[in-house]
Amino acid sequence: MSLLQVENMTHWFGGLRAVSEFNIDLNEGELVAIIGPNGAGKTTVFNLITGVYRPTEGKVVFQGKELVGQPTHKIIAGGIARTFQNIRLFRELTVMDNIRIANYARVHSNPLASMLRLPAFQREEQEIYDRSLEFLAIFGLDGLYDQPARNLPYGQQRRLEIARALATSPKLLLLDEPAAGMNPAEIVQLIDLILMVRKRFELTILLIEHQMRVVMGIAERIKVLDFGQTIAEGTPREIQNNPRVIEAYLGEEETA
Amino acid sequence: MIAKLWNRWKLQLILLLVLVLTILLPAVGVIDDYINLVLKYIGINIILTISLNLVNGYMGEFSVGHAGFMAVGAYTASLLTVLVVPEALNPFLFPLVIIAGGVVAGIFGLGLAFPSFRTRGDYLAIVTLAFNMIIKSALENIEAIGGPRGFMGMSKLTSLFWVFIWVVITVWLARNFIFSNYGRGVQSIREDETAAGLVSVNTRQAKVLTFVFSAFLAGIAGGLFAHELQFINPRSFTIAKSTDMLVMVYLGGIGSLGGSILGATTFTVVSEGLRSLLQVLGISQEWRQVFAPLMLILLMLFRPKGIMGLREWRFLIPQLDRKKEPPASKPQPEVAS
Repeated sequence: MSLLQVENMTHWFGGLRAVSEFNIDLNEGELVAIIGPNGAGKTTVFNLITGVYRPTEGKVVFQGKELVGQPTHKIIAGGIARTFQNIRLFRELTVMDNIRIANYARVHSNPLASMLRLPAFQREEQEIYDRSLEFLAIFGLDGLYDQPARNLPYGQQRRLEIARALATSPKLLLLDEPAAGMNPAEIVQLIDLILMVRKRFELTILLIEHQMRVVMGIAERIKVLDFGQTIAEGTPREIQNNPRVIEAYLGEEETA
Repeated sequence: MIAKLWNRWKLQLILLLVLVLTILLPAVGVIDDYINLVLKYIGINIILTISLNLVNGYMGEFSVGHAGFMAVGAYTASLLTVLVVPEALNPFLFPLVIIAGGVVAGIFGLGLAFPSFRTRGDYLAIVTLAFNMIIKSALENIEAIGGPRGFMGMSKLTSLFWVFIWVVITVWLARNFIFSNYGRGVQSIREDETAAGLVSVNTRQAKVLTFVFSAFLAGIAGGLFAHELQFINPRSFTIAKSTDMLVMVYLGGIGSLGGSILGATTFTVVSEGLRSLLQVLGISQEWRQVFAPLMLILLMLFRPKGIMGLREWRFLIPQLDRKKEPPASKPQPEVAS
């Protein structure tokens, strides 16, 4: 069943066409990767899907609903979550608060009930606290709940960011270069983590990644972008052998 | 048993004791009129500092016109006291009059927040600056409320007792707000607004709400201020007043209620001390105008986090959010050697 359809999405930054007629059809449960050289427009695709930018043209349909024009927080609450290429945690806030904030859309207590600390509010606070602690335990971060996020080592910050994204209860997870800056050992752990959350939370995953080890290892389908254009699409094996891809992307790495 | 009860109720007991003292001490003359006045200013400044800290500290935006909200609260409450409430009822309806001042200031805050938070960045600073100036000019030009001569006729209803009660209410409400979904949301906006939206925070809602609450508190402080001086004029609410508030926030530390209390107290005491000093030395009081801006510059240069930026007194943190201490009574198992 189709979960996300992006049709002919084009985005201009002034005179620059960052994304050009991008199409994707994601089925429930799939793990698809988008690859391409720097500046190919991969992150822009994520920003367009999540409403950070509004596409100049095109449609984004998620679970049968049009997303273009909706505010970001509604799109997220509707079941899409994402992480960032360069980690963007709430650095001064605690690990616990980073997770609790991702429950924002789930809270029903109105501002007045919150400010007067009515019993219903306190119950809800406790629920969110407990839920968040369970969540942290899944990611092995529960022991760090009271640490400011900035104190965590890099690998754990990545973990926390993925945990925070999942705390919004998404169906679709957008991962933006999760392996960036990781050493080979950390990458192996990351692959395990991605496969674990995919199974546990029944996720569909769209992944941007430079690390071929990650992409070739776990992606079922791959799309290749270059200068905003989709230049190839197929299984990892097909992509590896595609001459245009080798020229635009993989070739560069070989000569590097 | 007693120890348990004491632990549960000690904060309430201490507050009650202080409340009794706020009536007793001035009545028997232990604290004279001057000290009494300074204490009331400290209280009013604490409310103002918490108000501004919500926006500049917790939300991470920059308002430079909070004296405008204070003016709205002050004029609203004063007009109600003098023109609406019958004189005999004045002391009894005083709390309501103060709340009304806060509510009207909050409505002004709402009007300002809606257009301002459509965009990001320095826009709010410019909008609040303009707002402050517009309010002052408007007040100067409305003859019916005294114009530039100001407005008077309020009885001296602001006692130390009431100031203390309003400070406690302010701290309590602000604490509850900060340690709620909305308060966490607004802090996430300070940390990274885009990321906040991308983890489902309704950033616009959180910002508008915080700003309105902040304006409400500034209005409360304005009402108390007006019923202390019994005379207000538009010049009491200029950018200079807003600057004082900024200094108190950055002195105490952003994102901290304890810091706000310390910042307001220190600033009030120091600037009163400066007044006496200038008097003794025979130097013009005009020099006090230099004090606040200079202090702001020095703070920004040398201690941008203030006294306790982003830290909080433990007793102000709700039980759920406190760091859990490891279970103390559990005996450690002996390690066999």
